[in-house]
Amino acid sequence: MGRRPSVSTAAATQNHGIERRGPAGLPRLLASLREDGRAEPLRSHVDRYGTVADAISGGALVAEVEASGLAGRGGASFPTAVKLASVVGARRRPVVVANGAEGEPASGKDRALLRTLPHLVLDGAVAVADAVGARDVFVTVDGRAATERAALEVALEERRRNRLDARMTIRITRAPTGFVTGEETALIQFLNGGPAKPTFTPPRPFERGVGGAPTLVQNVETLAQLALISRFGSDWFREVGTRDEPGSVLATISGAVHRPGVYELALGAPFTDVVAESGGLTGRVSGVLIGGYFGSWVAPDDFFRLRLLDSELATHRAALGARAILALPDDTCAVGELARVTRYLASESAGQCGPCVHGLDAIATAMERLASGAADARPQLERWIEMVRGRGACRHPDGAAGFVESALDVFADEIDLHLRYGRCRASTRGVLPLPTGNRKS
Amino acid sequence: MKLRVNPIACEGHGLCAELLPELIGLDDWGYPIVDTGDVPRDLEPMARRAVAACPTLALAVERTSAGPPARSRRREAHAR
Repeated sequence: MGRRPSVSTAAATQNHGIERRGPAGLPRLLASLREDGRAEPLRSHVDRYGTVADAISGGALVAEVEASGLAGRGGASFPTAVKLASVVGARRRPVVVANGAEGEPASGKDRALLRTLPHLVLDGAVAVADAVGARDVFVTVDGRAATERAALEVALEERRRNRLDARMTIRITRAPTGFVTGEETALIQFLNGGPAKPTFTPPRPFERGVGGAPTLVQNVETLAQLALISRFGSDWFREVGTRDEPGSVLATISGAVHRPGVYELALGAPFTDVVAESGGLTGRVSGVLIGGYFGSWVAPDDFFRLRLLDSELATHRAALGARAILALPDDTCAVGELARVTRYLASESAGQCGPCVHGLDAIATAMERLASGAADARPQLERWIEMVRGRGACRHPDGAAGFVESALDVFADEIDLHLRYGRCRASTRGVLPLPTGNRKS
Repeated sequence: MKLRVNPIACEGHGLCAELLPELIGLDDWGYPIVDTGDVPRDLEPMARRAVAACPTLALAVERTSAGPPARSRRREAHAR
């Protein structure tokens, strides 16, 4: 620790005093992952990366993030630099929220990151808070994520003992479990003492968020990526990925693969490589879900022709989202699986907006009726998918609509079997994950 | 002028759709589907009536970049 970057050479000065060289290729974000899967302690973290005080900071960091082209890793892929700019120079001192709520059942990458590399996340949160002039940082994790919270608390204690982040107040908060909890306005309403439910905007978080202050909400993986940019700079960041979608991403791969789990992948990697990385397919696949339950189904043939890029998925009306990728094996009934998840999404409505409450319930019922062969269910679904889009305070109805609409397309053959015989060849095995004990009062 | 509905506040009373069927329809559950384009000038008075009639104050008019019509500008001047 304390290896101060040299500013004496011209090259180092041009490069904001960066002396350390970032890892070449992958892994980079997960480079310091321990074999035993436990949290990396502060000492080895600092040995590898130095402290935030040694890294690019302030306005230079904002510029470096802009040059890096980093986009939010929470699911919306919003340019991080634009978000930073929205709170820089605000009249009130901004607040930073590190979003680790991860309500998506098919995603586990944020929790994996918090569990194993808490200092990288905290570094990013502190660096970005410093850059935008914030003094208060809230790290929110799912209330049930006890291991992750413990790792964060240990990490914070280590940082306190070593007198890091002296000017920051960092709080860990437990967000209630729920699909919409991680939505920005829901998180802010919760941090303000209200229910973890989305609010009707404006004001937007960057205008008036936690305690009325301009609030920057960033996903925890985004912050970890930002921590590396603050160490190694934007040119290094861009060594992986494509020009328009630079960097690496964490992805949660599950379903019909031999080694499901969280992987760090280069943007632009062919999906064939992505699947190979997770051990290859265990058998035939009927569809691939990309972006979790907020995402879209893609036919396997199309999927294996594409690369891990939003620009390519857009041609199939899909998006990477938070990069939860699930290969559905063909020995489970796709329509039954869809009905389970659609009912779950209806139950996860915050219950605030009529079209979401009633629309998603109607869609879930139609999906159940479709599974048992009701002929009018498909036109009903088509009608109601269009009817709920854009009708909520948040994007929950839109996400559910996209999930169902893409499924009607990709699983058209399976649906035809159900309409003809009221069933298909497979039974519903429950491959699509649902949180256990899910039910809100 | 544009119409905007707050879906959290809206309880689906449906008065807006009765007053302004040209721009507001109801979905299968009784909630308004609002045309979010510019309100034609001749419908502006009815749009204001629909806003005023909403029992939950869920419907609002928003100014558009074209600027407010003369009438509302006068009213604001009085308010100041």
